[in-house]
Amino acid sequence: MAEPVAVGDPMLPKVAEVVARRRELADTWTIELVTEAQGLLAFRPGQFNMLYAFGVGEAAISVSGDPAGADRLIHTIRDVGKVSAALAGLKPGARLGVRGPFGSAWPVEAAVGQDVVVMAGGLGLAPLRPALYRLLAERQRFGRIALLYGTRSPSDILYAKELARWRAQLDLQLEVTVDHAGTDWHGHVGVVTSLLPRVVFDPARTVALLCGPEVMMRFGALALQDLGVAPGAIHLSLERHMKCALGHCGRCQFGSQFVCKDGPVASFAKVGRLLTIKEL
Amino acid sequence: METHGLQEILSGHRFFADLDPALCALVAGCGRNVRFEAGDYLFHEGEPADRFFLLRHGRVAFEVTAPGRGPLRFLTVGEGEVVGVSWLVPPYRWNYDAKALETIRAIALDAKCLRDKCEADHHLGYELMKRFVPELVRRLHATRLQMFDVYGQHG
Amino acid sequence: MVTSGDAYVILPAALDGLIQALRADYRVLGPTVQASAIVYDELTGLADLPRGWTDEQAGGHYRLRRRDDGALFGYVVGPQSWKQFLHQPVQPLWRARQSEDGVTFEPPPTPARPLAFIGVRACERRAIAIQDRVLLEGSFADAHYAARRAEAFIVAVNCGQAGGTCFCVSMGTGPKVEDGFDLALTELDPAGEHRLLVEVGSERGGRLMAGLPQRPATAADRDAAEAAVARAASQMGRAMPAVDVPAVLARNLEHPRWAEVAERCLTCGNCTMVCPTCFCTTVEEDLDLAPDQAGRTRKWASCFTLDFSYIHGGSVRQSGRSRYRQWLTHKLATWHDQFGSSGCVGCGRCIAWCPVGIDLTEEVQAIAASEQG
Repeated sequence: MAEPVAVGDPMLPKVAEVVARRRELADTWTIELVTEAQGLLAFRPGQFNMLYAFGVGEAAISVSGDPAGADRLIHTIRDVGKVSAALAGLKPGARLGVRGPFGSAWPVEAAVGQDVVVMAGGLGLAPLRPALYRLLAERQRFGRIALLYGTRSPSDILYAKELARWRAQLDLQLEVTVDHAGTDWHGHVGVVTSLLPRVVFDPARTVALLCGPEVMMRFGALALQDLGVAPGAIHLSLERHMKCALGHCGRCQFGSQFVCKDGPVASFAKVGRLLTIKEL
Repeated sequence: METHGLQEILSGHRFFADLDPALCALVAGCGRNVRFEAGDYLFHEGEPADRFFLLRHGRVAFEVTAPGRGPLRFLTVGEGEVVGVSWLVPPYRWNYDAKALETIRAIALDAKCLRDKCEADHHLGYELMKRFVPELVRRLHATRLQMFDVYGQHG
Repeated sequence: MVTSGDAYVILPAALDGLIQALRADYRVLGPTVQASAIVYDELTGLADLPRGWTDEQAGGHYRLRRRDDGALFGYVVGPQSWKQFLHQPVQPLWRARQSEDGVTFEPPPTPARPLAFIGVRACERRAIAIQDRVLLEGSFADAHYAARRAEAFIVAVNCGQAGGTCFCVSMGTGPKVEDGFDLALTELDPAGEHRLLVEVGSERGGRLMAGLPQRPATAADRDAAEAAVARAASQMGRAMPAVDVPAVLARNLEHPRWAEVAERCLTCGNCTMVCPTCFCTTVEEDLDLAPDQAGRTRKWASCFTLDFSYIHGGSVRQSGRSRYRQWLTHKLATWHDQFGSSGCVGCGRCIAWCPVGIDLTEEVQAIAASEQG
């Protein structure tokens, strides 16, 4: 058991201020925060913060900015409830509470010298973006990199401009697919796993990072495993209800794991069986 | 001559990988090379399913048109994949439109010719089933996932 | 000089001196009779203790009964445990204030006086150790628990009798308090030469003891104390099956027994409220504040509620079956992975206070037995 690392009260938020806000999708916004509080800005890709909207409540939101020398906290928030609606609605100048960063990270270092397959679904691209920034910032340290992104329809594609920029990059294999589209969409239509044959990677030396709806991650991980990627090299980001992010409130338990501190990133070798047990 | 060239193409196509050369020759006897330009339809909903296609190049979109919503695209397939399974089972009728998204090069296989050969040689029929059934299962599974709308608010 | 490890004998009346001496520095809490149950509350003196009372416990059953002697600790355990003082059912976390200058977050005041617990049973002492592990010894320490726990003075009591729902022997958690106390009492011969053997477990315990009328314990006193504890050990009303419980449960997450127990379970959450180790909480927004103020309050939560596992769109654990399974497998199986021990101390509260008398030892037995064909 690790020695306690936190001093003071880890439930007490620090203050941050919204300095920018932009709409990503019909129900999804990105806010950028600055803070004078110590220790909030440095994070590892895949980690999350607890954001508190004054008088409304607190929610776990992944960090989706660039981990390299970031001077702002960047969070992409989908309006799915009272708290996320309040957070997504914060305009420049508004202040909010922040606790974090919490949780496990994408194993970017373990992927050095390996091929990397990043499989994202829907808003699951947001927690993966910091890992992509790191992979691309140190491009020569990795083998082939593939980003497979599936979403509902062409109008639900997150970070579309950035994806277009990455598409132009020759050292990244990028494929996007949607569940359904009209005739103005010239890309792929179908499930995200159908993109796997379209990209090149060596399954025996591949690290895979998956984030999206649990159903998508389950089948995505199995498809990768079928191709020969080791279950221990396939990493998923889990989602469960969280109140404290400290491993104290018990809400995010998934088998033996506390998703807040043992996760959210976990290997398929560890959680694959548990994912098939209903209502666990 | 063309049959011999087709046989080579077929045996090199992902869908017919590892097919016995003698059976491959039987299949090739029902095939011919075809080409479509972007925007062409390979077939339309409701038409007789009298052939199917092995894609060699280019992507094809499957669409169903709903009044007021226009064509809804539910699947795209590309190189190495197969277009059309309705030719296998009565009433041999297409259930959707197949539209070329770019220049398509493909092998078209005559459905009646191949069905007759399968009837005469069940070994060939079984080899074809082993290739079509997994494709059907994959598409059914993918359709289920799309139906669940996993990226929606419940995702 | 009184030192740790020494043992003394005091008369029941001397406990009043102990309570008064503790009251000088501590908020003294211990067993009292209230609302037909033994509950833990503030003690002002010896008269507050449940002299002459005992409890009768079985599945879904708890009754106070008169004893025919004047025993002070002649009961087993009531519906409450010490967690209500250390890990409070309602814990204000902070207040926030918004002004033109920004937002400030302020923690609540820390408790003015440290706590002293009188009558901590072996199972309860173990439960405190388990909550320490959860709330203090991970990567983060809970500030509120830490503040209450730090100075807490513990007067333990070894059990001289066991109840119908007790199974601490099979959990290895009692009935004798082995460590982690300032003083440990064993009540001797309440119908005759009524006295208490006191073991000293800490320096401050020894200092307190030195101020009380006492005599050194004799070999006969020690033998009597051992006999009392042995009697309690022999009276266990239940036993956890002697199998590898975590492994059995981990192998049987889809066992039909979960559905069977769910037919009886009301998902009321009583078991989680009375359990001395259950630690789960929710955090709620304080709604009764001025517009420029906000606050958050932590409250005990139960894995038996639908809301507990809610993620946008719905709850992960919809069925009673899955919620009972979560509770039992967490308590008895995954707890080992998380915190290195079982989460169960064998106190039997969850059995007695279950409205339909569901018995976790019986559930484990049923699943284990089915494995043997």
